[in-house]
Amino acid sequence: MSDIEKGQVMTANRLRDGEVVFLTRSGEWNEKIDEAVLALEPQATAALEARAKGDEKATLVTGSYLFDAERVDGKIRALHMRERIRTLGPTVRLDHGKQAKGTAGAFAFKEA
Amino acid sequence: MYRYDEFDHQFVQQRTAQFRDQTNRRLSGEITEDEFRPLRLMNGLYLQLHAYMLRVAIPYGTLSSKQMRQLAYIADKWDRGYGHFTTRQNIQYHWIKLEDTPDILAALAEVEMHAIQTSGNCIRNVTTDHWAGAAADEISDPRPVGELLRQWSSLHPEFSYLPRKFKIAVTGAPNDRAAVKVHDIGLRLHKNDAGAIGWEVMVGGGQGRTPMIAVTVRDFLPEKELVAYIEAIMRVYNLYGRRDNKFKARIKILVHEIGAEKFKAEVEAEYARRPEQTTHVEEKELRRIAAYFAPPVFEKLSRFSPAFEEAKLLHPGFARWARNNLAAHRVDGYTIVNISLKPEGGIPGDATSEQMRLMADLAEHYSHDELRVSHPQNIILPHVKKEDVLTIWKALVPAELATANYGLAGDIISCPGMDYCSLATARSIPISQAISRKFADLDVQEKIGPVKINISGCINACGHHHVGHIGILGLDKKGEEFYQITLGGSSTESASIGSILGPGFAGHEVADAVEKILTTYVKLRQPGEEFLYAYRRLGPQPFKEALYAAA
Repeated sequence: MSDIEKGQVMTANRLRDGEVVFLTRSGEWNEKIDEAVLALEPQATAALEARAKGDEKATLVTGSYLFDAERVDGKIRALHMRERIRTLGPTVRLDHGKQAKGTAGAFAFKEA
Repeated sequence: MYRYDEFDHQFVQQRTAQFRDQTNRRLSGEITEDEFRPLRLMNGLYLQLHAYMLRVAIPYGTLSSKQMRQLAYIADKWDRGYGHFTTRQNIQYHWIKLEDTPDILAALAEVEMHAIQTSGNCIRNVTTDHWAGAAADEISDPRPVGELLRQWSSLHPEFSYLPRKFKIAVTGAPNDRAAVKVHDIGLRLHKNDAGAIGWEVMVGGGQGRTPMIAVTVRDFLPEKELVAYIEAIMRVYNLYGRRDNKFKARIKILVHEIGAEKFKAEVEAEYARRPEQTTHVEEKELRRIAAYFAPPVFEKLSRFSPAFEEAKLLHPGFARWARNNLAAHRVDGYTIVNISLKPEGGIPGDATSEQMRLMADLAEHYSHDELRVSHPQNIILPHVKKEDVLTIWKALVPAELATANYGLAGDIISCPGMDYCSLATARSIPISQAISRKFADLDVQEKIGPVKINISGCINACGHHHVGHIGILGLDKKGEEFYQITLGGSSTESASIGSILGPGFAGHEVADAVEKILTTYVKLRQPGEEFLYAYRRLGPQPFKEALYAAA
């Protein structure tokens, strides 16, 4: 149990193509949720928000927000189904989205 | 065949060029997202869960084969080889890139199509009966009136910034297939004893979070007065409609809050003081527009087609499909072919580019080059000779387009839900797939008879759950998807809003619940009594008992 951490991940859509991206520790936007930084404290989420707002201004991404997630064995899993769908792709078209591109998170749909 | 006029053509070209410039300015950072969002929405471009979504307008659901082929081309070139036909008779692409969108709009403009008025607080794309111009029960083709309203309302400066979006639906037949009573304005054509025609004008219907049935403000309005009269309605709405609260901004709330009588009096007062009392412009425009919808030249055929009758005897599968998926045409020897986009376990309304091209080819050869998109998310070949129906069926079967479930339990309306949509609170497609599989046996579906199962993935009700005989609404309960079931909704001339049956269900329980409801109905129905009428006679009690008593 000790290896489960709960926190928040910053996400957005890439401006030019709409691809779902996550903010990484190095301040880049990555398509894979497992690359994302999981903010565990308010200072960390504030830093992510500042970075995201800046990148929205810099026209890299659009519609940024934080969502709840947990890290289990080093892999990040969104807590809500909506965000899980964004990290993977449609549950009804497994041939599309990140799950088909090889950029999905480690947690695939179990309940689908 | 319907086409745009020269003005539209030029305008669409200009708009495409403008959007290219706007997109470039957005990508270069010259304009902010807050500045750009309304511009992209005015061109049908939304941001959804996985990518941008482009909603393309299909006025009156009417397409030529060339246009359908272009939709297929767009799916292949800029999307993922498929599209989703919507409950607004439009098509949506779910994997669009912003940087490609100007090129897509240009490709649409090549075939006189666009994405204007598919979004924003304007008068949206007018919808009609998908059998318009073909149905045996039709008094007159409603599309010229729809087109008159479209041309009048498009970019009308007075009505471009309404309190909220505004949807008009028109039917020219007594059997309402356009759901006019659940639109902001619904128009239904009547013929009186003297043989004259007039429009019933209904206002204040709608679905969404506050579903309402429209009230009739005029019983029999002469056609030539329609534009002026609707203008009066729009003015009353523009003046009194609430702008302080998005959820109370639709005209249905205004009609409800001030009361139908007061609303009607306001409209009549506004109408009486209209500056231009004559209607010669409208009459001239109607004549001009009607020519765009001139019916095809039909052959003189016998009502009875021996080839068609023989084919039904030879192929039981064909006979079943013909029984369920054909509808009476107004011309002898012709029929309306309803192509179900609801294969067993499929995604309602989705079609691949290959399927689109096949349907385009069939329309070109056998349906006077015409196709229709219906609000229940199927495709229609409106003008088919009975003797050609077998050939069409044989072409549809290998393409998985010959499911014989039109109007039955498998013919489910479903919004994209949380698999795609950023507004959704729950998934709707997996629910429809589970129900579709549960009723995969067509014998069972035929035994149950006509029933409309409609599923929405959020309260905005794109999946028309309020007017489903069985409506399913997906909600979020403490982070989990759960589903509310309503019974007794209908979108026809005897429209009604469904009532919530009881506590909601988890996703995996919904198909079983629907089965229990339908089993109860089959047990209790009178001979020939359809589900909706049985429900209206029986009330919710036996269905509640079936669903909740054992639990």
